Amino acid sequence: MTVKVTYTENLQRHIDLHSIQVAEGSLTQVLSYVFQQFPNLKHYVLDDQNRLRKHVMLVVDSNIVQSDIESVDQVKSSLHIMQALSGG
Amino acid sequence: MEKFAVSTRKGLFIYSQHHQKSEVISEHFLGDSVSAFTVDAGGDWFAALNTGHYGPKIRRSTDQGKHWQEVGCPTLPEESESDKKSTLEQVWTLVCDPSQAGKLWAGCIPAGLFYSEDAGDTWHLVEDLWQKPGREKWFGGGFDEAGIHSIVIHPDQPNRMTLAISCAGVWHSEDHGQHWQLACKGLRAEYMPEELAQDEAIQDPHLLVQSPSNPDRMWIQHHNGIFISDDRGKQWKECVSDVGSSFGFAVAVHPKEANTAWFIPAIKDESRYPESAALYVSKTTNDGSSFQAERSGLPQQHCYDLVFRHAFKVNRDATLLVFGSSTGNLWWSLDEGSTWQIVNNFLPPIYAIDFIP
Repeated sequence: MTVKVTYTENLQRHIDLHSIQVAEGSLTQVLSYVFQQFPNLKHYVLDDQNRLRKHVMLVVDSNIVQSDIESVDQVKSSLHIMQALSGG
Repeated sequence: MEKFAVSTRKGLFIYSQHHQKSEVISEHFLGDSVSAFTVDAGGDWFAALNTGHYGPKIRRSTDQGKHWQEVGCPTLPEESESDKKSTLEQVWTLVCDPSQAGKLWAGCIPAGLFYSEDAGDTWHLVEDLWQKPGREKWFGGGFDEAGIHSIVIHPDQPNRMTLAISCAGVWHSEDHGQHWQLACKGLRAEYMPEELAQDEAIQDPHLLVQSPSNPDRMWIQHHNGIFISDDRGKQWKECVSDVGSSFGFAVAVHPKEANTAWFIPAIKDESRYPESAALYVSKTTNDGSSFQAERSGLPQQHCYDLVFRHAFKVNRDATLLVFGSSTGNLWWSLDEGSTWQIVNNFLPPIYAIDFIP
């Protein structure tokens, strides 16, 4: 099984990204596969302490993850990286 | 012709000035917040972005903004689980070494000082300042965490540096930024209980500027007023405005006359808008002994503009002063502040003005 990884258009304003397929695994593993392909992406998604940025959300197999990425043991089919909706 | 950069909440705008004529030469990073801009000794441009959701970033251009490249960004050290974990919120100021292309300093929120020797590709935290005992007393002024907004390098003795932190006073280095000592006697924090008002480590200097013509002379627009120093920022004397409020954020210092400086007052300290909703620039020509209110060309009713600390600059020969406001108005003066002209009424909130050599 592979995981389809997609991104918000907003993120693609800053980094040249395209949808990829990576091996399934824990969320930490899947993100590391993605960051291998797009090294600049890491610091857009994770902060200095390797935590998910406060205003970044991940949709993992249709479930929203907003903080503890290490708690997700398995990503089966999809990961969408998006930002919280903002005003101003 | 003079060129200057306007860093705003929604992008970076490069302006030219030729006599009375202004022109927007180029626009960059539209939609993104630009917190700082500088040009290094080799002519490369650097812009610090605060992308909001995705954190702070730094971009470099080697062709005057035709193309930009993302370079490294300061990161705070990973800390143990038991420590308070800090994440970089903003690059608040970028300062270039005037004699060495590719060498830059970054002052950040939280109050980390970083330097790069490879034109921003990699950044190094100054551990001595980051690990200072007593750092837990520092606190934010307008932000959740304390931040470094002013970094000055002595033009003739580059080992001598000074920086200012809101809220943690004024710090000095004699070894080109590797080690730092707190010293700012004379600053006064009226907002603290009386027994702590003179505490150097909790002072809130909104902006520190070194006089280009006399580097031992420094000016501060402090939360509690205007201060002047003649020993490179270790001892300060308060200057009380005789034309109105001494509160504000910005200060511009005359490039050739160390006794002359300009300020843009506001009502202290939670209100932060011009007194009587009438905007003026406060100018001293005698070391802060007295001030004059320059109002010509500035709105004198229903004006609520605030000028942030990095948004007021004077060029190298004082033929152009420029300031921008929190409500996106941009003014300039071609006569050392006596009269002002509006340049644009419709910019995003303006964070910084920087002249481009």
